[in-house]
Amino acid sequence: MKNLTALLLLLLLSFGVAASEDIELQEANIDLSNNASLQRGAKHFVTYCLGCHSIKHIRYLRIALDVDADPKQVLKDIAPEGANIYDQLHSAMNAHDAEKWFGTQPPDLSLIARSRGADWLYSYLKSYYIDPKSPRGVNNLIFKDTAMPNPLWQLQGEQHAEPRKNIWGHEYTNLVIKEPGILSQGEFDIFVNDLVNFLVYVGEPVQLERQRIGKYVIFFILMFLVLAYLLKKEYWKNIH
Amino acid sequence: MKRSRITECNDWFLERFPLTKLWNEHMAHYYAPKNFNFWYFFGSLALLVLVNQILTGIFLTMNYKPDAKLAFDSVEYIMRDVNWGWLIRYMHSTGSSAFFIVVYLHMFRGLLYGSFKHPRELIWIFGMLLFVALMAEAFMGYLLPWGQMSYWGAQVIISLFSAIPVIGDDLSLWLRGDYVVSDATLNRFFAFHVIAVPLALVMLVFLHIVALHEVGSNNPDGIEIKDSKDPWGHPVDGIPFHPYYTVKDLVGVGVFMLFFATVIFYMPEMGGYFLEHANFIPADPMKTPEHIAPVWYFTPFYAILRAIPDKFAGVIGMGGAIVVLFLLPWLDRSPVKSIRYRGGIYKKALALFVISFLALGYLGTQPATPTATIFARIFSAIYFGFFLLMPLYTRWEKTKPVPKRLTTVHSLEEQLPALIEEITVLKPVATEIGHTAFKGSSFTRQPNPEGIRNVISRLAKKAIGSLD
Repeated sequence: MKNLTALLLLLLLSFGVAASEDIELQEANIDLSNNASLQRGAKHFVTYCLGCHSIKHIRYLRIALDVDADPKQVLKDIAPEGANIYDQLHSAMNAHDAEKWFGTQPPDLSLIARSRGADWLYSYLKSYYIDPKSPRGVNNLIFKDTAMPNPLWQLQGEQHAEPRKNIWGHEYTNLVIKEPGILSQGEFDIFVNDLVNFLVYVGEPVQLERQRIGKYVIFFILMFLVLAYLLKKEYWKNIH
Repeated sequence: MKRSRITECNDWFLERFPLTKLWNEHMAHYYAPKNFNFWYFFGSLALLVLVNQILTGIFLTMNYKPDAKLAFDSVEYIMRDVNWGWLIRYMHSTGSSAFFIVVYLHMFRGLLYGSFKHPRELIWIFGMLLFVALMAEAFMGYLLPWGQMSYWGAQVIISLFSAIPVIGDDLSLWLRGDYVVSDATLNRFFAFHVIAVPLALVMLVFLHIVALHEVGSNNPDGIEIKDSKDPWGHPVDGIPFHPYYTVKDLVGVGVFMLFFATVIFYMPEMGGYFLEHANFIPADPMKTPEHIAPVWYFTPFYAILRAIPDKFAGVIGMGGAIVVLFLLPWLDRSPVKSIRYRGGIYKKALALFVISFLALGYLGTQPATPTATIFARIFSAIYFGFFLLMPLYTRWEKTKPVPKRLTTVHSLEEQLPALIEEITVLKPVATEIGHTAFKGSSFTRQPNPEGIRNVISRLAKKAIGSLD
């Protein structure tokens, strides 16, 4: 629900630009209490994203603590070889080279889920299609002419864009997988969802903690309110 | 009898400092009208939020770095690595929006009950200076996280000064300390945000309250309680601020904190209104965002700025929207203060003003499409019309007779039992089938459609009638 409102606002904010093509975002299933999903997401991030993108505002140790994993296990299973548990997730790519290769420096993704929203990320990663006219051979429905090549193409397979018309004659683009990848469509959806789930967690690692504490704070304030109200009533009983 | 050490210390202090006198003058013997309603909570709440902002602000400065290279990361450091840093930061960011909410409601109270009118003009002026200082404080504070919206918002607003003829360009250069918003700008904004403006705010709050306590508080009836005094010289309709309003304001504080905590713990971004999504991207002087929108509390004025086609005229319009508020005590020529005794024209004008202010606020968050601009122009005209036509319509309209003493309006709390009685009907419950012996001994309340209809139609009639 929170993501839905965030998405709506994002759409409103970027009206006329991003929404000019009238693309509906697909809904990501975000569950930050799903430690298994977060661990898989972290693993996917290190394998497929960390080559270019840092998430410098988080450390392996914090991830281990938050997803209930043994730090040693995190170093062995998730972190790249040679990483220290106190390290932040820095990309090894040189900024100067990146500029040369992609025309832009891949952004740090620590806060990408807070600026773009989970649904946007989920839809973006699923919306690459083959475009021979583009310099990278692929394009994206959600983010047109994105500088990022599709890092997940081997998993998803080759996706093609087909122009369609709906019953009102409104034109839209349909994406169809022509050459299947390593993962089935269902598996790929789960893969991307885990990755986005992890990025949402990284955007604000304290989310679950703050919601947990919030209950006690609000309960305390309610107790205070009752006492304050009774006190007021007692003092004011003779004022007419 | 030997006096205790504590009493001696106490006396030593009181002989040298008039603490008792101050306390009595401003709390225990300060007589406030006894009929304050909901609208009178927001003054004390504004003070509470100011304290919150200062305290959380002090802790934020301990880890924040006012440096263009470090600022953005230091905020994330506070959010992640500083113990409880996220809570302090959210209290501060939510507090800034809360500050404007309570201040806007506090100002609206003034419009409702004529609190700006004679003899309280100076209180209003100090209040307006507070409002301007608060806007400066919020504007400069918003640059500090050094996100995209921080950066480009500041860029847009400072560039407005360059629209001023002759000195404009030099003035905006002087303000920024550079040709674009840069590290120099960030540093001076930090200096103003953490010390200069807060000092001015605290001093103005002091002046606002001293001026208020000199003439006494206004009230929903808009009459002077000092006009009818008892033989001991106390206003008959007044009650000591302490303990009566201190305990009452505590209830207001509780309700406020409930909302405040809900936002902090469950929706700190408030759907992108309290913390804008684009501000989670670090400031990039080379990349202008497609849509630059100020934070919600500036949007009404921003919409007025954009509604006027010429840039300089727009700046004048935006400034004028605030200046005109200063003039309010002299624009209003009505003989009565409170909306309860004003004529229908003021009530309708105020309703239109509120609608146009909210609409401008919404339009300010949206891109300026041609349709939106036309609407913004209409609402800007209403905004200014409310103030500039005030000398005419407040003088002509027929007012109602003002009572000598405060009137009693039953609070919702007192009306509730009668209301429940009216909208429900008692029905006996058959406890067990066949057990008619106990029938009628227990009842249940069920909604009474006719009663509900009556209440609604009465409320609607009252609402329509209250506009005259």
